[in-house]
Amino acid sequence: MTDYETVIGLETHIQLNTTTKIFCSCKADSWEQPPNTNICPVCSGLPGVLPVLNEAAVHKGALLAAAMHSEIRLTSHFDRKNYFYPDLPKGYQISQYDMALGNGGYMDLPMPDGSVRRVHIEKLHLEEDAGKTKYEDGRRFVDFNRCGVPLVEMVTGPDLRSADEAAQYLIRLRQLLRWLGVSEADMEKGHLRCDANVSIRPVGYTGLNPKSEIKNVNSIEAVRAAINKEVERQIELVESGGSVESWTLDWDDAQQRLTKMRSKETIADYRYFREPDLLPLELSEDWRDGVLAELPELPLERRARFKRDYELPEYDADILTGDRPLSDYYESAVEAYGGDPKIVSNWIMNEILRMLNELGVSADKLVLLPEHLAEVIKMVDKGTINNATGKSVLAKVQESGKAPGDIVAEEGLAQVSDDSALQAAIDKVLAASPEELASYRGGKEGLFGWFMGQVMRETKGKADPGVTRELLGKALKGE
Amino acid sequence: MSLMDKTARNVAEKVRRGELSAVTVLEDAFERISAVDGRPGALDYGEISDEDKSKVHAFITLTKDRAYQQAQDVDRSVSEGEDPGPLAGVPITVKDIFCIKGTPSTAASRILANFVAPYTATPVERLEAAGAITLGKVNLDEFTYGSSSESSAFQPATRNPWHTDYVPGGSSGGSAAAVAAGEGLLSIGTDTGGSIRQPAAFCGVVGLKPTYGRVSRYGLIAFGSSLDCPGPVARNVGDAALMLSVMAGEDRRDSTAATLPVPDYLSSLDKDVRGLRIGISPDYMRIPYPDLQTGEVVVADLPKEIRDAILNAAQALADQGAEIVENVPMPNMSYGIPTYFVISRVEAASNLHRFDGVKYGYRTQSEFSDLREMYRKTRAEGFGLQPKLRILMGMYVSAAQYSEQYYQRALKVRSKIRSDFEAAFDPQGAYRLDALLTPTTPTTAFKLGDVYGDTVLMQYADQLTVPANHAGIPAISIPGGISSEGLPIGIQFQAPDYREDTLFQVGNAFEQATDDADWRKIKPQVMKFVE
Repeated sequence: MTDYETVIGLETHIQLNTTTKIFCSCKADSWEQPPNTNICPVCSGLPGVLPVLNEAAVHKGALLAAAMHSEIRLTSHFDRKNYFYPDLPKGYQISQYDMALGNGGYMDLPMPDGSVRRVHIEKLHLEEDAGKTKYEDGRRFVDFNRCGVPLVEMVTGPDLRSADEAAQYLIRLRQLLRWLGVSEADMEKGHLRCDANVSIRPVGYTGLNPKSEIKNVNSIEAVRAAINKEVERQIELVESGGSVESWTLDWDDAQQRLTKMRSKETIADYRYFREPDLLPLELSEDWRDGVLAELPELPLERRARFKRDYELPEYDADILTGDRPLSDYYESAVEAYGGDPKIVSNWIMNEILRMLNELGVSADKLVLLPEHLAEVIKMVDKGTINNATGKSVLAKVQESGKAPGDIVAEEGLAQVSDDSALQAAIDKVLAASPEELASYRGGKEGLFGWFMGQVMRETKGKADPGVTRELLGKALKGE
Repeated sequence: MSLMDKTARNVAEKVRRGELSAVTVLEDAFERISAVDGRPGALDYGEISDEDKSKVHAFITLTKDRAYQQAQDVDRSVSEGEDPGPLAGVPITVKDIFCIKGTPSTAASRILANFVAPYTATPVERLEAAGAITLGKVNLDEFTYGSSSESSAFQPATRNPWHTDYVPGGSSGGSAAAVAAGEGLLSIGTDTGGSIRQPAAFCGVVGLKPTYGRVSRYGLIAFGSSLDCPGPVARNVGDAALMLSVMAGEDRRDSTAATLPVPDYLSSLDKDVRGLRIGISPDYMRIPYPDLQTGEVVVADLPKEIRDAILNAAQALADQGAEIVENVPMPNMSYGIPTYFVISRVEAASNLHRFDGVKYGYRTQSEFSDLREMYRKTRAEGFGLQPKLRILMGMYVSAAQYSEQYYQRALKVRSKIRSDFEAAFDPQGAYRLDALLTPTTPTTAFKLGDVYGDTVLMQYADQLTVPANHAGIPAISIPGGISSEGLPIGIQFQAPDYREDTLFQVGNAFEQATDDADWRKIKPQVMKFVE
């Protein structure tokens, strides 16, 4: 059997999280609102209305373009994409065609084997979302709430080589969108939608074969599953002597099945022409420079820097750059702490992430500030408190908002490392446990841990474990 | 003398001063309407009677109750010492291509016959805010697609008040006829290829196409979005100036509306024309157009009466000290119509997409098995011939495989046409014109039925007006004489971008100079119904 290579390009639609829609002043977000309650004459395409461009959409689109290393065109144009569909109230979509906001671009996708896959961006433009169509009891219902939500359509080159790579791209894109704050990027809510173009070719062949376009793959898992299914189908087809035709396929997530929607021969002619109701979009160089200046360090760049500058393992760097608030939190804590960044990483990966998960918030919403975390770690380092106390102090800071030092002082949580006090506690424990002492001395050395626990209980957890271990060892041996 | 024979400025002034009640004005307006208009246009119109043939039929919808409400509001605010605005109590009509909240806004099409707009167009809103009283919506060619107003789905079609066997022109035929017959003092029309100026010329009134973007298009049901201009129709230049000063200006709902401040147009009226450079172009006097009988394109001189009207106007202005510049070349003007055929239809076809029977307007009453059939039947039954022709042609010339040779090419020619004007108006150029004087139309009004049905020939009625739409510049048509048949002749002035003030200045000077001319004493035929 021939070895095949998979060739994938992804077409994504990204809803920008602006306050209002792209061409009118309706709210952009209609989540869970009853159908057709968030509409106006403009977004529902009444006769005589005109679009007025929302600058915030341009701004967010430009920020995304910059993050994708795309050239932000100083002059771009809006065009009409003409087609009939009930949920497209004007009968055309205002989009950008040949002179879009973004020109070119790429994303360097880190691969598990350490290599980097450069994914080229072939299209990056602004457009308006359409409404939604719903079928019920053989009837068709349209909801215009979504009409006019600002979208960026972004299309990659045929650069991805497996379903996993496609999934990776979406994961990284989602991360980037949230990082930039331009989209909520929730695939389940349709903020980030994806169509996949899939073809196969014998390894070594560099041309492009006819592809199928898979619509409606709206989760990372769906992308992976649908592409794998389609690759399997294409290989079987080719192996059995057939050839792949350009089909549009619909992914049925419930059934995990692809169904043919149409053949590509019926491709629509959208009769694009410049939107006469909008002026050309002219951006000044100052405006563009402002956007570029606003562009934060991107997640993949920061990930590389964490590995390089903080000498973090890849695993840590990846998690700590998963989202921007967490990543900023980490850096602030490292700075406040001043010591080994890996120690801060350990605390965050164990304690802070758990706390975030339990509370269901992002790191910037914690009462427990990075400075608090750094103070706790320092107290543990100095032996003022032990590890376990440190963890409980974190929880107490989060609950009370008090500084860790104050909590330790108020609650008397500082470690007991004073020999005489510890010795007294040990003596008390040994006196109260004659049977266990006899067993220990009879050879059951495994009881050491039990004695440690009893001493800790006696000292309410404040005993310095190192000193205790030493004193207890001597006492048990009867020294 | 009926108040409907006075100027809008005069009426507004008296109403503002409390010397005249807006309700009284309104009564005169409705009296005139009932005398001359006949029945309003309707979808089910039955037989056209001889009585019908003698009336104007400007209206589709009369909004009498709303008008009385407005008039009472104006009178109340005057009595309370407030100023209702510069158009206080002035009765106006609105071309039924503008949306007015709570009123049928039909575009003279079956497909919108049942559409009641939930909002008001910006220019109409501004007129009403300035105290104007809207009498109702007036007839037009379906979706403004035509130059005779005959293609309206609402019949009887509007007739020319000067001679009711003749068309009023179009597409703002209802507007021009209403103003000519004194059914309201002003009307708001739209001009995409000449749709204000051509009917103004045919009906012997003043019609202005402002600079593209000078007046907001918000609420105007679109035809050719890059060409459409709302503008005033009035009986004299001063009233048009007053009306434009109210309508014009930036609009946050139309991003193509100019943000330039609106000058005081009234103050430009009485400015001396001494030293102004007024051009005349031979390219506007001898033009290629299809022969009325054979339809073949021939190069021909315009009728002598029309050429004479231009020369007389030039003389009148020269007498007042204007400098007449002859032989200004406008070499690309003859491409205006073919270019317009392509651009306007591409935009029109797209603008008509939204009328699909899904959301509002007409939906087929017959059975349909699927969505496509619903679309097909709705649009087949809802649109008349003119929208259908425009859809077919617009779709064709913007199709991917033809776009380069038609649409893209037309855009290039359009910029050539503009360059003709730029050269003529260039202050450093050879001609340095302040305005270009041309005829408005190649002929005076034609008879109903004479041209209708020949879409190409009909389009050529706009030959002299359409270049200004391509170029985006302002142009005004004012009455310049009466033909031997007793039909008005329009003369047109065109000026650089945003120089409507020059048009008013020159137009007013011409009006003053010809105030006593014999032809000004001739009145429209339908005035016989007015005692």
